[in-house]
Amino acid sequence: MKALLDAFGNTAVLRAHGPAVFGGLWVTVQVTLLTILAGVGLGTILALLRCLRLRVLDLLIMFWIDLFRSLPQLVVIIVVYFALPYAGVSLSPFAATVLSLGCVLSAFSAEIIWAAIGAVPAGQWDAGRALGLRGPRILRSVVLPQAVRLATPLLANRAIAVAKGTALGAAVALPELLSDAQSATALAANPSPLTLAGVLYLLLFLPLVVGSRWLERRSSFIG
Amino acid sequence: MAPLNDFIESFANWDSLVQVHWLLLQGLRVTILLAAASLPLAMLLGLGAALGYFAAGRWVRWGLLGLIDVFRAFPVIVLLILIYYGLPFLGVRLSNFAAVVLALVLNNAAYFGEIFRAGLLAVPPTQTQAARALGLGPWQAMRLVVLPQAVRRVVAPLATNAMELIKETSIAAMVALPELLRSARVGQEQTYNPTPLIAAAAIYAVLLWPLARLTARLERRMLQGAAG
Repeated sequence: MKALLDAFGNTAVLRAHGPAVFGGLWVTVQVTLLTILAGVGLGTILALLRCLRLRVLDLLIMFWIDLFRSLPQLVVIIVVYFALPYAGVSLSPFAATVLSLGCVLSAFSAEIIWAAIGAVPAGQWDAGRALGLRGPRILRSVVLPQAVRLATPLLANRAIAVAKGTALGAAVALPELLSDAQSATALAANPSPLTLAGVLYLLLFLPLVVGSRWLERRSSFIG
Repeated sequence: MAPLNDFIESFANWDSLVQVHWLLLQGLRVTILLAAASLPLAMLLGLGAALGYFAAGRWVRWGLLGLIDVFRAFPVIVLLILIYYGLPFLGVRLSNFAAVVLALVLNNAAYFGEIFRAGLLAVPPTQTQAARALGLGPWQAMRLVVLPQAVRRVVAPLATNAMELIKETSIAAMVALPELLRSARVGQEQTYNPTPLIAAAAIYAVLLWPLARLTARLERRMLQGAAG
């Protein structure tokens, strides 16, 4: 037990290196929030654009969705950070991480929102027309509110899954929680900073995970 | 034409590709091995956790649910770093392959466990009662009556999560295991050219594209079911 505490909960090490780890927390929170905002925002726009049913645009959006659903997050981050500079586009680790994760999340949310719009029964459109509403108005006032309700649990799950990818920023030297903890661990020759980072990640994501379970139960999908 | 030529020279450089293709193929082999080792283990462990949840008393239930949530909340890369760089301080030294498999299995078993649990919860209890009334034992009722119905309900999330696990094998690059992504990075540094990275991304995309389409279709069907 003493060995365990000395290794993973060493108070002297934590006192010396804790502040550095906490510094990374702020970056992690920023990247997480920006990724969710950008990803879900762009995903919504892409899903709405598909409602226009323009053939070429549809194909482009479908390509985007399939591509970013297929590529691992870390692969996207690495390509954006290490390959784009050859095309004259050099991004900071922060920008590269947010851009990559945002693209990935946009693909998943576009797919989910578009599927949810399609899942609203066709009778809802007919009913809207029978009330004398026009297409865009039906979409906005009748179909979208129902689609959003359908999409929310899936969207929440996916947003959390992608947001946890902020830790992958460590691969491109983004000074977030994990990479700061790794440097501190190397400096102190003791993994307590990693434990601290683990605890902070849990504090950040555990409420989200528990919240998403609650959302899921409320909508009772699997039935 | 000059900009286009520059572009091809950088991102689709044939010489670079020829030079590193064996590196990429070896990497792909490791990626496939990682997925093949982790996916069945994670699924079985997840199923075990879900069945345990239904068989056990209240305290074990709470414990299992807590474990599932903790491992779902923990980014898998943080888990991997803790296992690979933290455990040696306790005298436990795993190879990087074993560390990656362990991290992927723990993380994804939690996801699979939650999925199986939701599926089992959705089967009406009358099914168990009917099975028991027909003279089946509790385990037989679970295996022959409840579980098949539960799995049918959760095919979509199971497939989605399996795909996520395959993609997550790329985190092995962060502990210097030469799977596809890591091999591509090495290739890029050897040839001073990003073509290996683009090639690796193309391999991932081509191999996972069918799976992405399949999971999208399954998810759509699930949404349609939910919309009634």
